[in-house]
Amino acid sequence: MTLELRNVAKRVGAETHIHPASLMMADGSFNILLGTTLAGKTTLMQLMAGIQKPSEGEIWFRGRNVTHVPVQKRNVSMVYQQFINYPNLSVFDNIASPLRVAGMERQEIARRVGAAAELLRLTPMLGRRPSELSGGQQQRTAIARAVVKDSDLILLDEPLANLDYKLREELREELPKLFAGRNSVVVYATTEPAEALLFGGNTATLHEGRITQFGATPETYRNPHDLITAEVFSDPPINRAAVVKTGKTLTLFGRVAWPVPKPALALADGSYTLALRPHHVSPVARREAGGSFAGRVLVTEISGSESVIHVATPEGTWVSQSHGIHRFDVGTEATLHADVEHALFFDSAGKRVM
Amino acid sequence: MKKPVNNKAWFLVLPVFLLVAFNALIPLMTVVNYSVQETFGDNVFTWAGVQWFQDVLRSDNFWNALQRQLLFTFIVLAIEIPLGLGIALTMPKQGFWVSVCLVLMSLPLLIPWNVVGAMWNIMALPDIGLLGKAINGLGINYNYTRQPVSAWFTLVLMDVWHWTSLVALLCYAGLVSIPDAYYQAAKVDGARRWAVFRYIQLPKLRHVLTIAVLLRFMDSFMIYTEPQVMTGGGPGSATTFLSIDLVKKGIGQFDLGPAAAMSIIYFLIILALSWLFYTLMMRHQET
Repeated sequence: MTLELRNVAKRVGAETHIHPASLMMADGSFNILLGTTLAGKTTLMQLMAGIQKPSEGEIWFRGRNVTHVPVQKRNVSMVYQQFINYPNLSVFDNIASPLRVAGMERQEIARRVGAAAELLRLTPMLGRRPSELSGGQQQRTAIARAVVKDSDLILLDEPLANLDYKLREELREELPKLFAGRNSVVVYATTEPAEALLFGGNTATLHEGRITQFGATPETYRNPHDLITAEVFSDPPINRAAVVKTGKTLTLFGRVAWPVPKPALALADGSYTLALRPHHVSPVARREAGGSFAGRVLVTEISGSESVIHVATPEGTWVSQSHGIHRFDVGTEATLHADVEHALFFDSAGKRVM
Repeated sequence: MKKPVNNKAWFLVLPVFLLVAFNALIPLMTVVNYSVQETFGDNVFTWAGVQWFQDVLRSDNFWNALQRQLLFTFIVLAIEIPLGLGIALTMPKQGFWVSVCLVLMSLPLLIPWNVVGAMWNIMALPDIGLLGKAINGLGINYNYTRQPVSAWFTLVLMDVWHWTSLVALLCYAGLVSIPDAYYQAAKVDGARRWAVFRYIQLPKLRHVLTIAVLLRFMDSFMIYTEPQVMTGGGPGSATTFLSIDLVKKGIGQFDLGPAAAMSIIYFLIILALSWLFYTLMMRHQET
């Protein structure tokens, strides 16, 4: 285990930016911090890097307590949401800058910069200045600067957020390849659940300065331990409703009765919060589908092959995400069918019970 | 393809056209008119060709004033730009002291030129002025009405006091607009303070510095009020800059033709030098 946070917390004045958090990240691992804006992703990264000092707790790196080691002495590199490059240096000099600060030999610098540029397809642009590059190329330069010096820890703070869709897709595909086979701990912050799922690795979900869960990405997605994790790790937002279980019947919205899915039969009768991902709610009845309900259509978003239908329920908006084109006029009544089998159950404190 | 013609558009640009005509074109053309003609009373004009231009360019007064002007502007820029930049770099970025600094810095900018001149005039008096008396008290012989060096020293000091704030405020605005991530990235790289200044702050301030240099250049090149109030261009003609020379010619001696010719030359010099500055400073900036 290489990067280890032990009960690290950050307070500024009376505000708590990061609640005591413990994490372990292995060498060569790809770790994702997933959370909305202001969830504390950037602060957590700055704590890991040593740009900010924790108010309490310790940070260990490869068996050494680095809590008070400043960032300059830690061999860290970072990529930001904005494209941060030295404005009046060429791409070559930009990529070379961390090596020059480290006092590396000329030939070695040229060799490494060449390799990093090759990897990020920047070779033809080496002589240009950042202002003469496209946004994607500027961010590639920043990424090249981060990978050129064999850092122990590479932090990427929403690096794709400012790129347009096409470039984002492109870089998203290349990024994991770039870090594969390296010995660095990579930490990647994002607001998008889809991005986390695409990268795999490990995911830590953050909410209001708290790490709610940390584990292998698919596991965190499929098995959230609490309601907040399920909500953070779902886009479109996960559907939720208060339900009452009595015997083999679930009552939701106070009037709709659904059959209790088999694994949940073991739960004691009582009140729970049920959460169901949008792709388990469909306008088409499926054989194994257990429950249905009707609601007024608020919005229908139709992309090429997918329909996202927002329906008003007594407990707020529910969203259905399904394949195929399903047209519903706004204001009409739509009947949606839920795969109750996939429902997640939480107790009143938000803890997962099933 | 035939474009549709809509004459209504002319009415819409008319106000701007009139404005520009009355505040720029007509006065300029009047000056041009004077510069090529001989005039006496009663609105009698006779053609003079390039006579006045030749006179101006052959006169020692003009060249001496131009030299003084260039030297003054050079000194003032050489002090105010680095000093203003330095002040901006040391100003706090947040907290209570930001507003205190900003208000203090803006104060000199709010004072009219002639008041500045009068203030320093009194302050630099060698017998009763705070500054003048103090310098003389140090054993340095200082008298701005008699010694050209003292007069220059006082004028430069006055201009630096009056206008360094402007440079500092412009640079400060430029500095606070640099995203924090740049400084952080430099820190992660292990860059030193000098490298941060050289490779992040200075390049990011390029535009702001260009504006500051241009503003200070144009303004100091047209300086009139302060030397006029201080010494009236003296001692002798030690502080007779171009505008003072021009006013003497035009209003003092009522040589309207030569004065007009000189105005045009003066204008062209400012235009050419501004263009030169701008081109030099924007050399590497393609976007």
